[in-house]
Amino acid sequence: MTSPSETPAERAADLQDERLVRTEGLRGAVLAFRQRVRGGDLGSLPVIIGLVVICVIFQILNPNFLSANNLVNLTLQCAAVGTISIGIVLVLLLGQIDLSVGSVSGLAAAILGVGLTQLKWPVALAVIVALVVGAAIGYLYGLLFTRFGVPSFVITLAGLLAFLGLQLKVLGPNGSINLPYDSWIVQFAQATFLPPWAAYALAVIAAAALFLSDYSRSRRRRKAGLSTGALSVMLLKAVLLLILLLLAVSYLATDRGLGAMFLLFVVLVVVMNYFLTRTKWGRSVFAVGGSVEAARRAGIRVNRVYISVFILTSTFAALGGLLASARLTSASLSSGGGDTNLNAIAAAVIGGTSLFGGRGSAWSALLGILVIQSISSGLTLLNLDSSIRYMITGAVLLLAVIIDSLSRRSRASHGQA
Amino acid sequence: MTMESAVADTEGATREPVLSLKGVSKGFGAVRALTDINLDIYPGEVVAIVGDNGAGKSTLVKILAGVHPQDSGTIMFDGQVVSIPTPTASRALGIATVFQDLALCDNLDVVSNLFLGREIRNGLSLDEEEMEQRAWSLLRQLSAKIPSVRIAVASLSGGQRQTVAIARSLIGEPSVVILDEPTAALGVAQTAEVLNLVERLRERGLGVLLISHNMADVQAVADRVVVLRLGRNNGDFHVADVSYEEIISAITGATDNVVTRRASAHAGSASAAAAAADASGTGTVESGITEDFRTHETPAPGTEENPQS
Ligand SMILES: Nc1ncnc2c1ncn2[C@@H]1O[C@H](COP(=O)(O)OP(=O)(O)O)[C@@H](O)[C@H]1O
Ligand SMILES: [Mg+2]
Repeated sequence: MTSPSETPAERAADLQDERLVRTEGLRGAVLAFRQRVRGGDLGSLPVIIGLVVICVIFQILNPNFLSANNLVNLTLQCAAVGTISIGIVLVLLLGQIDLSVGSVSGLAAAILGVGLTQLKWPVALAVIVALVVGAAIGYLYGLLFTRFGVPSFVITLAGLLAFLGLQLKVLGPNGSINLPYDSWIVQFAQATFLPPWAAYALAVIAAAALFLSDYSRSRRRRKAGLSTGALSVMLLKAVLLLILLLLAVSYLATDRGLGAMFLLFVVLVVVMNYFLTRTKWGRSVFAVGGSVEAARRAGIRVNRVYISVFILTSTFAALGGLLASARLTSASLSSGGGDTNLNAIAAAVIGGTSLFGGRGSAWSALLGILVIQSISSGLTLLNLDSSIRYMITGAVLLLAVIIDSLSRRSRASHGQA
Repeated sequence: MTMESAVADTEGATREPVLSLKGVSKGFGAVRALTDINLDIYPGEVVAIVGDNGAGKSTLVKILAGVHPQDSGTIMFDGQVVSIPTPTASRALGIATVFQDLALCDNLDVVSNLFLGREIRNGLSLDEEEMEQRAWSLLRQLSAKIPSVRIAVASLSGGQRQTVAIARSLIGEPSVVILDEPTAALGVAQTAEVLNLVERLRERGLGVLLISHNMADVQAVADRVVVLRLGRNNGDFHVADVSYEEIISAITGATDNVVTRRASAHAGSASAAAAAADASGTGTVESGITEDFRTHETPAPGTEENPQS
C-alpha cells in the first residue's frame, strides 16, 4: 500500500488527483461504503436490513420461523417466483415493465401438463417447447415495442389477458392436470436435495471463487498501474462468505438440506449478474436504461437490446412457471394466477432495482423474493390468512418504492442523479 | 503564384484540408437552411463557425455527423469525395461529433461512458482494467481534471461532463472533431478548461470545428472564423487579423457593404473552384479569399457604400 508522502507519479494512475480522499485497507473500505450510502447509493442495504428485521420479528412471534424445516420450505417457495423476478429485474433495468409474466408462466405450466399427460411428450421436449413459447412471446413484445413504439405497459397488459386465455385454451375443459409424480422435473422440484458433502463443497467453492475473482482483478489492476484493494479486505470478504454459507448449509442439513431448485435459482441469479455487470450486453442494458438517446448515439443497437431483454423476461417467466407447476405437481387454471405476477414484480423492486431504469442488480430478485416469502411464511405460521398477507406485502412494496424514490432524490441532492 | 504565397503563412497550408465542403446546400421543405456552403478544415486547425440563431450552424453539424445528408454539393474527406448517410458512416470516416446535449449516461461511470458502444473485451468479459488505464491516459493527455473515473457521470460538474464527452469522441481516433456549443452552459473556469481541451486537440493534429455563440471563446482559441448568415457563407477570417466588430458585423449583416461584397466574391470563386473539382486547388482558393479579406478589409463598418446589394 502507498504512503501519503510519495509523489503523485508513484501513485496508481487512478489515485493521482489531489482532491481524492484516499482510503486504504479495511478502514478505507468501510469509509467508502459509508460515503456511498450517505450519497444515496443504498444498493442492497435497505432490503438486507429489512430481511433481518422481518426474521427477528417473526422469530419472536413464533419460534418455528427460523426452524430448519421452515427455512428449507422457504427456499423452495422462493425459487419459482424468484426465477420470474430475475426477468422482471432485466426489464426494469431498461425502464420498462412486463405485466404478463404471471400469464406466461401459467401458459408454460399448461404446456408442460398437456405435453406430459395428453401428448405423451418426454419431459425434456415439453420443457423446451414451453421455454421456446416463452421466448417467442418475448420476441413478439420486443417487435411490437420497437416497431410501433407502444408502451410496454400496454403491450404486456394485452399479453396478460391474451396468454391467460391461451392458457385456458391449452388446458382444455378439465382445467386442471396432475403431473406424473415420477417425472424428473417433479422429482427435481420436490425431492432433490444436495447431499451435505456436496453442499459444503459448494460453499467452499463459492467463497474460493469470490476470493480468486477479487484477487485476479487486483492483479490485473496492479499490472495496469491502477490502485488495488487491500488483500485483507478480499480475504475478509471471502472468509465471511464462507462462514455464512457453511452455517446456512449445516443448519439446513439438519432438515432436508439445500434444495436443487433453490440452487438452480441462485445459479441463475449469479449467471445473470455476470452478464449484467461484466459483458458488453449488460453494459448496453444499463446504458439504454440510463438514457436511450445517449445509448443510440454511442452506436448501441437499442432495438436489439430491448428485444433481447423482452425475450429473456418471458423465458424466465416460462421457466418459473415450469418450476412452480413441478413443485405443485399440477398445472391448472390458477397456475401463474393470483399474486404470482405481483410478487414477481414486487420482489424485484423490494430487492432494490429501480423502477426508473438504469439501476439495479440481479441479486435484487433473490433478496426481494426472500423478503416476500418470509412475510408470507411468517404470517402462515401465525395462522393469519391471506388478507393480512396481501396488505403487509403491499405495505412493504410501498416502503421499497418510497426508499427507491428517496434515494433517487438523495442522489440528486448529492449531485448524483 | 499569389494565392500560394497568400496561404504560405497559414498552418496546414502545405497540406490538404482533411475535410472540405463545396457548394453544400440543404433545405427543409420551403426553408433553405444552407445554400452553397464552402468550408475547409486543415489538420491541426481550429475553425470556429459563428452565426445568428437559425443561421444554419446546427444543420451543418448534422450533415457532417450523418444525421441528415445534404441536398447538393460535395463533401471531401482526405481528398476523397464521400457521402455521409448515417452517424455510423460519419464516425467510420473519422469525424467525431460532440452534440450540444452531451448524450452521456448519467447512471454509468466515466469509464463506461468513454467506451460505451466500443468496449474493450477479453473474451466474453469486459476488460475493465484495460479500459480504465486507457481512460486515465487519455484524460491525462487532455490534462482533464477528473478526480475519479469510477464515479457516475451524474456527479461531475458541467465542465467535467463536457470533458468526458470530448474525450469520448477521441476514443475512435478521429481526424476531425466537431463541437457544438461546448461552452454554452459553462461557467468561467469550466469554459477555460474546455478551451484548453480544444487547444490540446489542435496539438494532436486534429481538425476541430467549433460551433460557438461566444465571441470571446472564438477569439481565444480559433485559428479561423467562418461566419454563416441566413444559410450562406458570410466571411472567412483569420482570427489574428480580425476585430470583434468585424466578426459581429458579418454575423448580423450590419455592414452589408463590406460583407456582401466579400461574400459574393467568395461564393463566385468557390463555385468556380467546385467546377474545377481539384482538391488542392480549391484549398488554396479558399485561403486566397481569406488573404483578400485581410488586405482589403475596411476598418470600420458602414464606411463604404454597397454598389450592388
Ligand atoms: N429538421 C428541421 N426541419 C425543418 N426546418 C429546420 C430543421 N432543422 C433546421 N431547420 C431550419 O433551418 C434553419 C437553420 O437552423 P439551424 O441549423 O438549427 O440554425 P442554428 O443552429 O445556426 O441556430 C432554421 O431556419 C431552422 O428553422
Ligand atoms: Mg443550433
